[in-house]
Amino acid sequence: MEQPVILRSGDCALVAEFGKEIDEHTNALVQALDRAVREKGIFGVRECVPTFRSLTVLFDPSLISGKRLKKKLLRLCRTLSVQEQSKKVVIEVPVFYNGEDLNDVAAYAKLTPEEVVRLHAGRDYRIYMLGFLPGFVYLGGMDERIFCPRLSTPRTKIHAGAVGIGGEQTGIYPLPSPGGWRLIGTTPIRPYDASRTPPVLFSAGEYIRFVPIDESTFSEIQKQVEAGTYVCRRTEVG
Amino acid sequence: MEFQVLSPGALTTVQDGGRNGYGYLGFNASGVMDARAYRIANALVGNFTDEAVLEMAMLGGKFQFTAPCVFAVTGADMGAALSGEKIQMYRTIRAEKGDILTFSAAKTGFYTYVAFAGGIDVEPVLGSRSTNLKCGIGGFHGRKLQKGDILSLRPTAVPMEKLPCVRIPAESYTGNSVTLRVVLGPQDDYFTKAGLETFLSAPYRVTADTDRMGCKLDGAKIEYKDKVDIISDGIVFGSIQVPPAGTPMVMLADRQTTGGYAKIATVVSIDLPQLVQRRPGDTVYFQAVSARQAEKLYRKEQRALDRLLIRYGRDLVR
Repeated sequence: MEQPVILRSGDCALVAEFGKEIDEHTNALVQALDRAVREKGIFGVRECVPTFRSLTVLFDPSLISGKRLKKKLLRLCRTLSVQEQSKKVVIEVPVFYNGEDLNDVAAYAKLTPEEVVRLHAGRDYRIYMLGFLPGFVYLGGMDERIFCPRLSTPRTKIHAGAVGIGGEQTGIYPLPSPGGWRLIGTTPIRPYDASRTPPVLFSAGEYIRFVPIDESTFSEIQKQVEAGTYVCRRTEVG
Repeated sequence: MEFQVLSPGALTTVQDGGRNGYGYLGFNASGVMDARAYRIANALVGNFTDEAVLEMAMLGGKFQFTAPCVFAVTGADMGAALSGEKIQMYRTIRAEKGDILTFSAAKTGFYTYVAFAGGIDVEPVLGSRSTNLKCGIGGFHGRKLQKGDILSLRPTAVPMEKLPCVRIPAESYTGNSVTLRVVLGPQDDYFTKAGLETFLSAPYRVTADTDRMGCKLDGAKIEYKDKVDIISDGIVFGSIQVPPAGTPMVMLADRQTTGGYAKIATVVSIDLPQLVQRRPGDTVYFQAVSARQAEKLYRKEQRALDRLLIRYGRDLVR
């Protein structure tokens, strides 16, 4: 198993860095180490934050030294089991593709809006990490034909549930927020809801599939979401 | 037991040690800016656990107690007075029903803390009572305090009148220049040798563009090798990011969980209070220490805080 480089992030954190690229294998290693630390439970570890290519491990130096923690992490890395190809959890996210920038994205890509929707909804996106806002997913694997630069002037407020494209990335705004992504649609589901358990629907390592819906289905699902009865379809593939 | 907000001040929020443990879902931690002042304030009123306090920024508020209460004020000196009488900071104070606690603008420092025996009674959200203003959750209805708000206090474990009075020397935030110790990394290799020398010797000025999220500094540009864009990775309290413009920004309590700029270094935990209490125009210098030294400093401070709690506990059983 590949050994990460252990970097320092101050007196209370180590960073286990598995590479300097965004790829599924590196990301799977990060998530495997995150799982291993959570399952094993290292005394003195406060929290782990997995990202594209590294795991930040926050610890209490009164309970464990950085030197000792580094040794423990490297030992764990020797026995990591990467679950990348074995099975894949796919969560279906319904999207009403009515975004105000859909036509601009289509024009930029020299495609029709229908083709943009077909390409956007036509594949599964790996959740590499969550960050920026609660429930904000960093997805990989968008079709390069629909890459589209961000707005030169970001919008001051984007509604929760907006689905957008920003450069090579696509994602969902979980909260009203400023942002520069091109909006192509809206999902009636709530990736983040503080009053729900769990508050965030997605986990790193899972996959998202966008499913096109029409306006009436949108309102129907929206009602179910408000009533707390809507459950996203989850399938295990592989 | 409760108190009423007669005037809220500039930015007064309910905070505790932070919403820790949910960074993997993208939750920013929030929590107090000055962890030392916060922990001392709690220790001075016999709160042995992580209890929620009031954090006031720059300009304090005015509060009225509707029942007897025991509290302590730490952090920036906002000229605290109880029903017109000036009160000492960093000591246990008793208030009677009807007493009015007032604060003015900070004379030195920026953030002031008020801890109440028992702690502020707001519903924890994801394990924390901290206010997350961005998400509008936690604290008092997810927002800063407003005139007319009534905040409840949790009951104390021992009768309030039995709580001892403790006083310790106040921390000073005077002077307009401070040296902060840092541990280099995790991306110090993105910078040239000259760049690192600049960072560790040049004065950096705290800009007005500083808030609970981060402290933006102005000063000599830090030279980097070819770029400072990195694949977004984890940010901690005290991470020093260097955006392409070359001047550093220290990430603070309301930081986002991840970021895409190279982090040249991290401020050691025990020096963070002296940074967050700086005002725009103040100067900071950075000095490198080893990770081992930084851990030692951390442990020393923890022991001092533990001793304070032990002292309080001894007075309590006496």
